[in-house]
Amino acid sequence: MAEFSGLSRAAARQLSERVLALSKAEGCQVNLNASANGNTRYARNEVTTAGDTDNATVTVTSRFGKRAASVGTNVLDEAGLVRAVETSERLAKLAPENPELMTLLPAQVYTEVPAFAPASAALDAVRRADAVRTAADESNRAGLTAAGLVHRIAGASAVANSAGLFGYHAATNTVHTLTVRSPDGKGSGWAGTAHNDWTRATPAAQLATRAVGKANGTRAATALEPGKYTVVLEPTAAGNLVSLLAFAMNARPADEGRSFFSKRGGGNRTGEKVVDERITISSDPQDADLLTSPFTGEGLPVGRTAWIENGVLKNLAYDRFWADKQGVKPTPFAGGYRLQGNGGGAGQSLEELIKGVERGLLVTRFWYIRAVDQRTLLYTGITRDGVFLIERGAVSRAVNNFRFNESPVTMLNNLVAVGKPERVSSAESGDVGGPAVVVPPLVVKDFSFTSVSEAV
Amino acid sequence: MDRREFVQTAGGAAAISTLKLKVPQADSSVRDLCMRGLSTAKSAGASYADIRVARTRSQSINTREQQITNLSDGETYGFGIRVLAQGAWGFAASRELTPAEIDRVAKLAVAQAHANRRALRRPVQLAPTPAVKDGRWRSPIETDPFEVSIEDKVALLLRANAEALKVEGARFVNSSLAFVRDQKTYASTDDIFTVQDVYRCFPQMNITAVDTSRGLFETRNSAEVAPMGLGWEWVLKSDLPGNAPRWAEEAVRKLTATPVEPGRYDLILEPHHLFLTIHESIAHPTELDRALGFEANYAGTSFLAPPEQVLGKVRYGPEFMNIQGDRSQPGSLSACGWDDDGVAPETYLIIKNGIVVDYQTTRDQVAWLTPLTGRKRSHGTSYAESWADVQFQRMPNVSLLPGERDLKVDELIAATDNGIYIVGRGSYSIDQQRYNFQFGGQVFYEVKGGKITGMLKDVAYQSRTPDFWNAMDMIGGKSSYLMNGTFTDGKGQPGQANAVSHGTPPARFKGINVINTGRDRG
Repeated sequence: MAEFSGLSRAAARQLSERVLALSKAEGCQVNLNASANGNTRYARNEVTTAGDTDNATVTVTSRFGKRAASVGTNVLDEAGLVRAVETSERLAKLAPENPELMTLLPAQVYTEVPAFAPASAALDAVRRADAVRTAADESNRAGLTAAGLVHRIAGASAVANSAGLFGYHAATNTVHTLTVRSPDGKGSGWAGTAHNDWTRATPAAQLATRAVGKANGTRAATALEPGKYTVVLEPTAAGNLVSLLAFAMNARPADEGRSFFSKRGGGNRTGEKVVDERITISSDPQDADLLTSPFTGEGLPVGRTAWIENGVLKNLAYDRFWADKQGVKPTPFAGGYRLQGNGGGAGQSLEELIKGVERGLLVTRFWYIRAVDQRTLLYTGITRDGVFLIERGAVSRAVNNFRFNESPVTMLNNLVAVGKPERVSSAESGDVGGPAVVVPPLVVKDFSFTSVSEAV
Repeated sequence: MDRREFVQTAGGAAAISTLKLKVPQADSSVRDLCMRGLSTAKSAGASYADIRVARTRSQSINTREQQITNLSDGETYGFGIRVLAQGAWGFAASRELTPAEIDRVAKLAVAQAHANRRALRRPVQLAPTPAVKDGRWRSPIETDPFEVSIEDKVALLLRANAEALKVEGARFVNSSLAFVRDQKTYASTDDIFTVQDVYRCFPQMNITAVDTSRGLFETRNSAEVAPMGLGWEWVLKSDLPGNAPRWAEEAVRKLTATPVEPGRYDLILEPHHLFLTIHESIAHPTELDRALGFEANYAGTSFLAPPEQVLGKVRYGPEFMNIQGDRSQPGSLSACGWDDDGVAPETYLIIKNGIVVDYQTTRDQVAWLTPLTGRKRSHGTSYAESWADVQFQRMPNVSLLPGERDLKVDELIAATDNGIYIVGRGSYSIDQQRYNFQFGGQVFYEVKGGKITGMLKDVAYQSRTPDFWNAMDMIGGKSSYLMNGTFTDGKGQPGQANAVSHGTPPARFKGINVINTGRDRG
């Protein structure tokens, strides 16, 4: 299994053992994070800024009975470690008792997740600039202007504690996103790719062609009224919204009566059908397109979990305290999820889905999505970088952008068709932040657009 | 840990590395390392270089009901070197402040600039800025929050929580304190050397009322408590325990408030709400990098483009609308002595008498505007979140200046026949060119015949930036001017956070479209 040269498994073990040896607390947990973060930005068809940053952080959590405090530092010499350990012990003694503090986990067995791709680690300033030039040249040839980001993080995380637990996980993540605009400001198109392995990400030339096509296609956008429309959501757009549901699947607020997943009168909605029966949402660190950490920050193993299966709410996430209180098994939320239809990993392509739509709107992506009402998981946000009218199974013309007010729950109940899932860059930020997301394109009826945005 | 205690700890431990933490950062060895970085960069081929050495300390305490949920303390220390070589930027950063690592990183930054040259079309031009031999600046704090005991901090939060929970119907409460201290040494080859000590703090509460039988819940947060560039004295002044009962009562009242009837209303927006509308619909679109397309891939562009069709031409709002950019209001989050280009920030008007007259600029942006404005100097709005991030254009404090008449919010309400008075920030969303927006709030009051007649819920307003600001017809005066702000405004790729304040009086906006978010979703 490939390791991160900035923090190998052996180095992580040595460093965490050193911290644990310094500890005089009743219990101690050590979290390590090290990364080599490389990025190159571009705009107006040329490189703008870039950065290469190496960092490593140790977080020490000291415990005395039910008292605990954490101190993080990136000063990793002996003096820095001593200071972190001593400060965390001093703060922990001063902290009031936390009745919810669980005992330290003993040693665990973790599955190995092959998330570290050497080709991604090798994505240096020269290779990033080459990708930029490929995309910018394509845009320039088309008489358009491109702005984008090539971003890579190579790193490792580890957890250890005084009860004998140790876990190590190395990972790379890459992303390339770009927005191509026409000089007159009338057209804008986006394309993006994300993967742990840069060789499995979409090549720069292909991405640029897609974004250029959308930018050209939107230049002659015409006005369309807001209202309820059938929409074909490209995978990124689907991911933008499904993530809102996936990250609301937490048992405690549901049991406390302050979540969409709360049951009227008390308890939560596990076992109820919450979305269309064709929908299954699951997490699995071993999923070849997710490749997330096999353990949580406290070292709890993360395995495969079905959150929604055939439309039925199967699981909500339980931390150890809440699981203990409710008499269930702890269920951590992993660092990503997969949504698929009942065809599993198969399914129709975006083009095939469009063919099945009599009249609707094709949406490239959403932006500035914010919660409006947690009771219904109602969110608002904006379409951007390509909305197209579909008529009789084909894209007929580009139209203006819209503001939506919609709930991902309503959306997944109004499902018409599910396509073939793929890994997407679905973080609005367009960088490597955010969860790993595998989603298909979706066709949804009665999607609620509440006003027009004249932004391009 | 105070400085003396820290130095003792560090000095008493057996060092296994060459790294020595230097506090304060004016220490001559830090200065020497800065000069070494600049010199190495120059020798490697840089035409310009700057270096930031920063130590950032942070502390957060989180509670719920009568228990602590998190107590954490962190520090991050390192340096970043930015260079210009053959007209291209390069930047590299590391946490190891040693001479050898300084040399490696300086050379890496130059090599990166050379790599970037292959995808560059227009060489970067830097606007001139005066030399600063030995600049010093410190936030105007009275009490260092890191010197206040943990017991006092926890006790204050738990007391506030207890006060909230005394209110019948208030079921859950979360509260927190966040503190940041940023010690930053900056040096550039343009003969600039500065040392700054910047503090920020943010006390917060959120109270939830639940009606299980009806499956309803409502929340009320401490929207009137701003994050500030101040110390512990701000936490005490914010008085979470004293305010908690009122916030809790309002959370409970929201459960039975009247759902708003959608339609057009005159909106009276008080400062702790309006600051966010200013942030989104004025501060962001007047960032020059957006207007020029540099942020097109994430943060977006701006409807205020191109500059030649904007400056002196676009009417943003009424004659009495004046928008100021500054980094000097005492206690504001953006306040500093010098920006991350080494420029002393200016206080200047972005919108004057309702007309857009300027943008926010950094040294590498000024040349774009010089033909239009004749200006050759930066306004001083360069900022990087940390030593690990490259600096770029971030908004200063962008504020709506008070009106000439010293009107108060009561007078705005008294002058309104059919309106909604909105208190505190709520849900917010705006498009990528800053036209179409939708804002909620914390508490909403129906205003009829000049009087508050009841509480409303599920209110959000949707508008278009120029329509909205041109609908402003009344504005409060000097004595009703208040600051609020955001602790973590996001921009850039990879994303960076910036803390910024916005001052404003209350103001009234005529005939704005209001939707009901609980019923018909607009």
